[in-house]
Amino acid sequence: MATINVNLISGRSIQQGVAIEGGKEKPAYRTAAGIIELDPSDLKKLGAWKNTNVKVTSDFGSVIVKATETSQGPHPGLGFIPMGPWANAIIDPNTYSTGMPTFKGVPVKVEVAINEPILLGIELVQKLCGVK
Amino acid sequence: MSEYIIKNGHVFDPVQGVKGDKADVSIKDGKIVDKVGSGAKVIDAKGKTVMAGAVEIHAHIAGPKVNMGRIYRPEDKLFTCTPTRGMERMGGGNSIPTTFKTGYEYAKMGYTTAMEAAMPPLFSRHVHEEIRDTPIIDEAAFPVFGNNWFVLEYLKDHEIENTAAYIAWLLRVTKGYAVKVVNPGGTEAWAWGLNCLSVNDPVPYFDITPAEIVKGLIEANEYLGLPHSLHIHPNNLGNPGCYETTLDTLKLAEGIKARNKFGREQVMHLTHSQFHSYGGTNWGDFESKAKEITDYVNKNKNITIDTGNVTLDETTTMTADGPFEHHLTGLNHLKWANIDVELETGSGVVPYIYSPNISVCAIQWAIGLEIALLSKDPMRCYITTDHPNAGPFTRYPRVIKWLMSTKAREAQINAFKHKDKVLSQTGLGTMDREISLYEIAQMTRAGPAKSLGLSGMCGGLKPGMDADVAVYDFNPDKPVVNPDDIEKAFSRCAHVFKSGVEVVTNGEIVNNGHKRTLWVNVKVKENPQVMRDINEKFLKYYSITQANYEALGHHFVPNPYTVEVDATQVQV
Amino acid sequence: MTKTITDVICPFCGTLCDDVEVVVSDDGKQLLEVYNACVIGTEKFLHSQSKDRVTRPRLHQPDGSWKEISYDEAAEYTAQMLANAKKPLMFGWSSTNCEAQSVGNEIAEITRACCDNTAATCHGTSLIAIQDIGLPSCTLGEIKNRADRVIFWGCNPAHAHPRHMSRYSIFPRGFFTSKGQMSRKMIVVDPRVTDTAKMADVHLQVEQGKDYELLNALRVAFKGEWLPDVVAGIPKEKIREAADMMKSGRFGIIFFGMGVTQSLGKNHNIDEAIAVTKDLNEYTKFSIMPMRGHYNVTGSGEVFAWQFGFPYAVDLTRGFARYNPGDTSTIDLLIRGEVDAMFTIGSDPGAHFPISAVKQFAHLPSVCIDPHLTPTSGVSKLHVPVAFNGVETGGNCYRMDNVPIDCRKVVEPPEGMLTDEQFLIKVRDRVRQLKGAA
Repeated sequence: MATINVNLISGRSIQQGVAIEGGKEKPAYRTAAGIIELDPSDLKKLGAWKNTNVKVTSDFGSVIVKATETSQGPHPGLGFIPMGPWANAIIDPNTYSTGMPTFKGVPVKVEVAINEPILLGIELVQKLCGVK
Repeated sequence: MSEYIIKNGHVFDPVQGVKGDKADVSIKDGKIVDKVGSGAKVIDAKGKTVMAGAVEIHAHIAGPKVNMGRIYRPEDKLFTCTPTRGMERMGGGNSIPTTFKTGYEYAKMGYTTAMEAAMPPLFSRHVHEEIRDTPIIDEAAFPVFGNNWFVLEYLKDHEIENTAAYIAWLLRVTKGYAVKVVNPGGTEAWAWGLNCLSVNDPVPYFDITPAEIVKGLIEANEYLGLPHSLHIHPNNLGNPGCYETTLDTLKLAEGIKARNKFGREQVMHLTHSQFHSYGGTNWGDFESKAKEITDYVNKNKNITIDTGNVTLDETTTMTADGPFEHHLTGLNHLKWANIDVELETGSGVVPYIYSPNISVCAIQWAIGLEIALLSKDPMRCYITTDHPNAGPFTRYPRVIKWLMSTKAREAQINAFKHKDKVLSQTGLGTMDREISLYEIAQMTRAGPAKSLGLSGMCGGLKPGMDADVAVYDFNPDKPVVNPDDIEKAFSRCAHVFKSGVEVVTNGEIVNNGHKRTLWVNVKVKENPQVMRDINEKFLKYYSITQANYEALGHHFVPNPYTVEVDATQVQV
Repeated sequence: MTKTITDVICPFCGTLCDDVEVVVSDDGKQLLEVYNACVIGTEKFLHSQSKDRVTRPRLHQPDGSWKEISYDEAAEYTAQMLANAKKPLMFGWSSTNCEAQSVGNEIAEITRACCDNTAATCHGTSLIAIQDIGLPSCTLGEIKNRADRVIFWGCNPAHAHPRHMSRYSIFPRGFFTSKGQMSRKMIVVDPRVTDTAKMADVHLQVEQGKDYELLNALRVAFKGEWLPDVVAGIPKEKIREAADMMKSGRFGIIFFGMGVTQSLGKNHNIDEAIAVTKDLNEYTKFSIMPMRGHYNVTGSGEVFAWQFGFPYAVDLTRGFARYNPGDTSTIDLLIRGEVDAMFTIGSDPGAHFPISAVKQFAHLPSVCIDPHLTPTSGVSKLHVPVAFNGVETGGNCYRMDNVPIDCRKVVEPPEGMLTDEQFLIKVRDRVRQLKGAA
């Protein structure tokens, strides 16, 4: 299976907004924010159908999310994970002394991971922190 | 402990005409009284100066532009932070102190009442939250009217009654105190990047002149009989030659008599007059016109002024004169903040360094002092720094020193790099008047209180008035060897009482008291047209609903003091 | 029977819509319908009614379960935690009202804590830039009534501030803009073709992370000077077209968001955007405004500023306020392992901080005040649910343009639940006792 490299950004989406108000423990949060939105050309390079589970890896970590076809495109070369624990598992924590982590502009590798489960929001954070 | 007797102090009280006689001041249940029982706590004021608490008539201490100043100037806090200590919350900020520090610093200098000079009505909740968090001192806020769309439209057709009804409504929903005007018409023009620099420049689209705005607001103010008069920052502030615009503005009050039940005699209060007394045509031939301005004010008794003294500090300018601030950043290239407010006003913030090495700053310093020294009636000329525009209010003791001591003024003049300019462009070098303590009491207590319509309540030590008393470690019988002793004495009071509660002892805060927010509740005849106009503008043009505009709720004004005005019987 | 409450303020984002209508049961205990709010605001109001809400504080047990405790016990735990810590951090504050923020400040001062709000991961870099260069701005009604040039730079209001364009920035027919959308030209700068960009007259699809270069190129274009063929992925012709469009307006506004505050360049990006605005004021009237995220992050900044002197990243550990982003800011404090107790309120750092920062507080003594279950509550030792501010309790909030609006209470909270303010007052009073404070 192919892997692709994209530039990762994270930010708001209206579905993510509705989901957080509905409760981050719910599956709707994972559906809204446990995704990476890719341009159709990048999905093609990856050799994956849309809505396939993928593993996204940066210098700071890796996370399993669902690859979806972007609704905010075209943006070839750019991947978008809505703000939330899935994005924050892999974005750049470096603040360069500004206090602000680098949520936007993190080089990542994306590879198909069909059989890997996507965790729910609270579950993911608890697992990564080693909390029961 | 609600009974006190302050014994044997040298009392300076212009309300009763007491000019330094040794007298006792008695306090009971929050008021000055004739006498108290033998159980009263004795405060020894022997060899000390006793005055009423001072009244700050104009300072920028609460609200969105003040806080913008705090937010965007972290450097203002450098080396000026004070820790949590006893009664005091922590504080910080030199030209824009945090709210707790503001209250403490005023109180320690013997100030017990302060007026927030400009409240944008849309932000009244913010102003009141900061006022609530400013301990000890009573405060009030002046909503701004001079660029307000309702006012511009009504006064274009000279509809005084409608203007008055709108003013009454706005004072109520914002819990405001007086009619403030800043750069009339010019700040609305600034919403398009333009300005009105003379009283006859028409406002874009609204097609009304500043002269019409000011005249109309004076009439509306007197129609209502408000405790304070129109309080004005005229057009063309700060530009060489601006004194002519100032005189044009002052002349708008000619022939108008004050109408009110509060003892107020003026119909116009000209604020920070130093900034409005400039002659010359550019910064090279810039000169003082303090004499021209004070000559006019001396002759026209229906006007009061405050000085706006420059203190030669690094400070922060902030004003609802938005275009002026843009002009200033063009001059000194320091960071510029601007907040235009829909339908109402605007504001700007720019830091400024009044360096003693710059001739213009030295001349400005001199002009502020000239104005005080040339004013013949200390009951009509008050000491301010337009805090923080010309300097921090914490410099009042220094200003008092300069006014009371020619020696101190000379020392400062000699220290200027361009002393020659101060002597050639102003008349200060030849002025040998030394303001007396009694006159200081007039200029910082009785005068401002009277101008504000509060002469029954504060600014004096007459029985029945609020027990706001300041005791200074200054012996008027001893000759002043070093003028710095004046500054030192007025910086930290031996005792301060606010509404009969001892709040400062030996320069330290000992009690927070129960500060009040003063506001004016005017009853007017029902005016369906104005209410309809208000409804319409909220529906179509404001970005919040009418129901969400009023600053209701205990958490904004926890301890109100309402001044009631009945304007229902007035005929135009 | 039901009653309709009008002029309700929506407590979600910095747009702070105040024209929401809510239908409640006659006894005021049930919220039934919401009108005028966007889909996110509607969800917020309706979710407050969900039957599976946590309504009492709960303490995390070693075996992973939660034990319900009383509010008094929770206040005791919180007070002890803050009083005993050497460098506690009190973070969040953005989804609660100013009254609660003020009580929180009292607690922070007595316990000598670090306090910070969500600007840390949002517009903190804008604040740094504003502190360098200033901020020419205005209220949203000025946009509605005057603006004929509207630029969205690095933000996507269609998704993040859904009613912004209809209430203030694109569609309204204002006093001088009676043709509504037809009165305005819209420019969007975004590396993606977002739903907002699809509405624009001009979309500059900037190369991600190169906003600084493009802003700088605009400043050159204003002066009519030479430009390279392409800057930040945008051809110079398009840059000049945008520059001319901006200069030719009579009132312009730049709204900006995370695209420029969070990408490399950070505060320098904002500095340059403000410089663009300042430059434009030489030709016409222009303002700039940050699109604040949480509905009261602005309020938290205002309250911190008037009480302590700084808008975020405030360190009170020495008994007076200090401020130095990068040093006193939350992410850096956590990553350096300097914090020994974590207090979170009105925000969700567990979900919105980089995981390496979350790991730092997941094993500390920690308290999370939040009506929701969140990743933060999931890794905190104590979770204290409270009434929803703006729904079940009122309180003052500040909109993205700093306008204060007093949120309303429209429905009763579940039986026995406290508000933020009530809980914080308990904590404050106990902390005063523990510290022997005045």
